[in-house]
Amino acid sequence: MLYRRIDVLLCCGSGCVSAGAHKIKQKLISEIAIQDITEEINIIETGCMGPCDAGPVMLVYPEGVFYQKLTVEDIPELVEEHFKKGRPVKRLMLHDKENIYETKKDLPFYQKQVKVALENCGHIDPDSINEYIAVNGYEAIGKILTEMTPADTIQLVKESGLRGRGGGGFPTWLKWKLTSEAENTHKYLICNGDEGDPGAFMDRSLMEGDPHRILEGMMIAAYATGASKGYFYIRAEYPLAIKRIRQAISQAHEYGLLGKNIFDSSFDFDAEVRTGAGAFVCGEETALIASIEGKRGQPTPKPPFPSVQGVWEKPTTVNNVETLANLPTIFRKGADWFYSMGMDTSRGTKVFALTGDIKNTGLVEVPMGITLRELIFDVGGGMSGDSKFKAVQLGGPSGGCLTIDHLDTPITYETLTEKGAMMGSGGVIVMNDSNCMVNVAKFFLEFSMEESCGKCTPCRIGLKHLYTILERIVSGEGKDGDIEQLEFLGKSIMETSLCGLGKSAPNPVLSTIRYFRNEYEAHIQHKSCPEKVCKPLMHYTIDINKCIGCSLCARKCPVECISGTRQDKYIIDQIECVKCGNCLEVCPVQAVSKVSGISSEVLNQSRKLTAADLYR
Amino acid sequence: MKTLEELRQIRQKAQNDLKMRTSSYKYKIVVGMGTSGIAMGARDVMKSFLDEIAARNLKDILVSQTGEKGLSSLEPVVDIIEEGKPTITYGNLNPEKARRIIIEHLVNNHIVNDYVVTTKD
Repeated sequence: MLYRRIDVLLCCGSGCVSAGAHKIKQKLISEIAIQDITEEINIIETGCMGPCDAGPVMLVYPEGVFYQKLTVEDIPELVEEHFKKGRPVKRLMLHDKENIYETKKDLPFYQKQVKVALENCGHIDPDSINEYIAVNGYEAIGKILTEMTPADTIQLVKESGLRGRGGGGFPTWLKWKLTSEAENTHKYLICNGDEGDPGAFMDRSLMEGDPHRILEGMMIAAYATGASKGYFYIRAEYPLAIKRIRQAISQAHEYGLLGKNIFDSSFDFDAEVRTGAGAFVCGEETALIASIEGKRGQPTPKPPFPSVQGVWEKPTTVNNVETLANLPTIFRKGADWFYSMGMDTSRGTKVFALTGDIKNTGLVEVPMGITLRELIFDVGGGMSGDSKFKAVQLGGPSGGCLTIDHLDTPITYETLTEKGAMMGSGGVIVMNDSNCMVNVAKFFLEFSMEESCGKCTPCRIGLKHLYTILERIVSGEGKDGDIEQLEFLGKSIMETSLCGLGKSAPNPVLSTIRYFRNEYEAHIQHKSCPEKVCKPLMHYTIDINKCIGCSLCARKCPVECISGTRQDKYIIDQIECVKCGNCLEVCPVQAVSKVSGISSEVLNQSRKLTAADLYR
Repeated sequence: MKTLEELRQIRQKAQNDLKMRTSSYKYKIVVGMGTSGIAMGARDVMKSFLDEIAARNLKDILVSQTGEKGLSSLEPVVDIIEEGKPTITYGNLNPEKARRIIIEHLVNNHIVNDYVVTTKD
């Protein structure tokens, strides 16, 4: 046997897997066998390391060298040069014009990050309970069970300032206290892994990358509230998360960490996974509970709150994955340590999923109170390409858009809500100046409308009506009073809906009206989409001064509406044009451009039609 | 799992496997793996180090590599780095000598003067 001298940590988060991490692993295994160094090298699949944009990524220890954007073709060189001869391959490291970032600590992406919930993600093997124990896993629950009472446990979480990370931001200790005070012989603890916001993937990454941490967090919460049974509610679209959590549960059983009299205390606990069918509304706690009970996933009015009457009508605490993930570290490092991060009533760190027109898309964890500017431009690396920042959607379809004026706002639960967005689960969708905000609002609203369970009228009919108005506006048929109608309707839906879905679904519409009212007005009054996104409110033209008459656009036009000659240059027949954009793409001299507003030909034609209609 | 002590025992064992990923180690062995080093058998020397470390179940040792060190006539060349002490460079090694270095230097803490090329702060 040889002493293993190299640990290769291959990120197998979903981002890297779809970029080909498994193929890289196969090639690595075959290549180190060819070079006869199999015994010296340990290949470990880890959870998400964060920089998904750079995937597939790999960390090589002991040096901690970070490789990115690997391809199967790079592997032989990597194995020969680095693994065999000890010369790290600079070409495959992250680099920009001036610098090469050799190790993980050098990467600017990680520098403002503070990893608490994600501490082990991308550092340990999620399939191994031993690796979790090696990084102090199950120490917290051991200590709590042997040294603390449930009341002490709740008190410590109160002092830490931890609030729910799933969206609402309800103080965790208070939720626990309510359940612990409810008198019943059976109580339950549910881990809400029904992450449904488009663009948010922190819960999935946590469950995939560090499943034992979530299980330990669940045990802590269960002990504090007096629960003896836990459910992981995970959507079926997350098969790897389900597999890893199930495996963690069975490993914990083998080690006696689940079952009766854990750590020789009177605490008995067991957990199981329940899979959801992927309905967005099942992230709402009462709908989630109904789904676990085998009923249709629809919310019920509160009260009774789940803390008093939850699953199987017993007192139940529902905690988000990330909330639970914070617990083991809070108990190991102390409430003061956690409280020292963040500001005001938002303490600790928050995981954000950065997506959209940003350089470093991926998963990041930063202290609360960091500004949006730091999050987007320092951690996120700024806008992709040369585009300009326009807006950022926080909190997914339930959240709202913030603008360039809010970049220096510290991120806390309160400031975001005040500005019309929300923390939500932490999805951050960054948009550049080619996004039409009316269209963006329509996109998010469509999602909420389709996910509405239909139980209450305001949400079922109100959202559909909101959507119809938006559809009218983007197709050029907006009328005066539409904006006021949207505002009135949006506010009514928020006030009268049964659950959080309806209460927050109009947020994208209301926040875009608040900050981009001029864009709505342009669509309605001037029949023009300023960002040239809404097809009925924009058109293509060819600049005859630039056109070289090559005829490429005419040949690529699917409806043959471009005509001309080398001498006369080419023009688009606006009436026939379907606005597919082919001509813009193929033009070798950038003579084709988009123009806001309806073309005069189409306008004239529609006027003629109306006149003709009158005579008919 | 009945006691915290039991958990800590498992942890100590498990931490060994993770040692590579933390930077806590007592000795760092750096093998020169330039072209001339490899030609003179640096890989066998390194394997011999790895073998001996595994056989003796030694902890706190990290085996790393580097490129050409410029001492071609003395290859294979190996540095033993210990925090707070001068770096010892051994030369003209072979697997047998490597084994001796592990036993005498890394286990018993006596520098093997016969093979030392230079020492440097």
